[in-house]
Amino acid sequence: MLEFKEVTKTFEGSKKPAVHKLNLSINKGEFVVFIGPSGCGKTTTMKMINRLVEPSDGQILVEGTNVLDQDSVQLRRSIGYVIQQIGLMPHMTVGENISLVGSLLKWSKEKQRERAKELISLVDLPEEYLNRYPHELSGGQQQRIGVLRALAADPPLILMDEPFGALDPITRDGLQEEFKKLQKEVDKTIVFVTHDMDEAIKLADKIVIMNAGEIVQVGSPDEILKHPANEFVEDFIGKDRLLQSRPDVTRVEQIMNANPITVKEERTLKEAIQVMRDNRVDSLLVVDEIGTLKGYIDIEMIDAQYKKRSYVYEAMDTEEYSVHKSDLLRDTMYRMLRRGSAYVPVIEENDRLVGIVTRAALANMVYDTIWGDETAEVAAAD
Amino acid sequence: MEAIITTLSAYGWDLLEKTGEHMFISLAAILLGVSVAIPAGILLTRIPKVADRIISFVGVLQTVPSLAILAFLMPFLGVGVLPAIIALFIYSVLPILRNTYTGVMEVDSSLKEAGRGMGMSNWETVRKIELPLALPVIMSGIRFATVYLIGWATLAAFIGGGGLGDLIFDGLNLYQPS
Ligand SMILES: Nc1ncnc2c1ncn2[C@@H]1O[C@H](COP(=O)(O)OP(=O)(O)O)[C@@H](O)[C@H]1O
Ligand SMILES: [Mg+2]
Repeated sequence: MLEFKEVTKTFEGSKKPAVHKLNLSINKGEFVVFIGPSGCGKTTTMKMINRLVEPSDGQILVEGTNVLDQDSVQLRRSIGYVIQQIGLMPHMTVGENISLVGSLLKWSKEKQRERAKELISLVDLPEEYLNRYPHELSGGQQQRIGVLRALAADPPLILMDEPFGALDPITRDGLQEEFKKLQKEVDKTIVFVTHDMDEAIKLADKIVIMNAGEIVQVGSPDEILKHPANEFVEDFIGKDRLLQSRPDVTRVEQIMNANPITVKEERTLKEAIQVMRDNRVDSLLVVDEIGTLKGYIDIEMIDAQYKKRSYVYEAMDTEEYSVHKSDLLRDTMYRMLRRGSAYVPVIEENDRLVGIVTRAALANMVYDTIWGDETAEVAAAD
Repeated sequence: MEAIITTLSAYGWDLLEKTGEHMFISLAAILLGVSVAIPAGILLTRIPKVADRIISFVGVLQTVPSLAILAFLMPFLGVGVLPAIIALFIYSVLPILRNTYTGVMEVDSSLKEAGRGMGMSNWETVRKIELPLALPVIMSGIRFATVYLIGWATLAAFIGGGGLGDLIFDGLNLYQPS
């Protein structure tokens, strides 16, 4: 699909090449993430693919054709491109932004509109947004549009340069999940640049670690975590690796507490408080007769609504975030930590509540990972 | 009050006609200025290294007194409306050129890059991104030039270009301090 052969780029006026003799081949449908410290040549490598930067030496083949043998404008129209600054045109509506490449390709207005509608239905945004202007959207919504814009002409290859880098952690998390799903649906080859190891591990089929213009290691997230090629890679993965090499295989089920404190939705608020008091907790998971997770309720909600409402189901919050018991901790741990909530409910099929993971449980696991071996050694020495 | 009414009834038509001429000269010069300075301003953004020097040079032209320019143009273009328009046009170039250049340079570079990365040709980048986004700045240059030119157009009278200058200079010549 995409092949780099001895690709070198030396910018005018600089002696050291920004990218040096890079060899890499990327398969169709693969999600490849370039990662490395700032200035190591990730962006340069990516921009050589759509010729925003011209290689000084070597060849880049897209589906067998050297990019330098193609008209640069045509080439770019056939490759999706998403940048960190999002780059939505402020004077165009969201719809016009999405159909920008379509308009360059001289699609009919009708076709442009149809395609925009089709695309916006892929993400969690209402169709009315097509008539809004970018500044009316939040950062996360804007970058969703940025991604859709790159998908508009259905290019087989999409380049993304730190697309989620400017978003706050929670928005970024949501978008990463959503995007990973989307990628599976649309079946694209994706070249993605980041300097965030979490992001790389979460999204990549193949990680390419770069340093000073050269590739240091290429491999799947697991391979890289388990067998870092050298000290640089180890340092680069750093503290994260300690946490991640174990969550790699550990499932949520293994660390969850299987006896969460719950209350049935048709109980009264007074009964709910009683349960909290008896168990010395300040919030409860709400379930129905057969144990389906319905939401949660905490002491503040009860306090605020005690006069107006009498039953749990009237006062509870149904926006409950949960993880599946067979999820890998690797995929969920950072989400859990970053959300900052004290616990996450664990469900199985049909939203049945089976447990709860608390921050304390995570702390235990991290402790075991970091000092577990040491403790074992000390014990053995005794 | 009475004096104004007598003046208007005597010179009313004249005034109207001269105003018409005045407007025509100014607007023709502005249109000419717009059609030269905007493309030139955009071209300058493609050669930012020398753009500043070129703009300074045009700025120097601007400081030549208008009468001198009129006098300079006379041997080539003679007298009448055309040389007047050309002289004024020269003055309209700088503000429009400068504002076009700054306006386009100020367009967020990530937008230009997004445009290029999506496969816009040079011309498409100009038409779909740079011009629309620089428009407010360009317009303020045009507005500035227009106000400026309507004032300068008075001098057109000196080379037979007509306009309100005719009336003003007639008035000044005929004025007898009592
Ligand atoms: N247009 C350019 N002109 C000159 N040097 C550049 C240019 N773009 C990038 N570089 C240099 O090339 C190196 C790699 O940059 P880049 O690819 O942007 O790194 P990364 O994206 O990994 O942070 C850096 O040393 C940077 O200063
Ligand atoms: Mg970069």
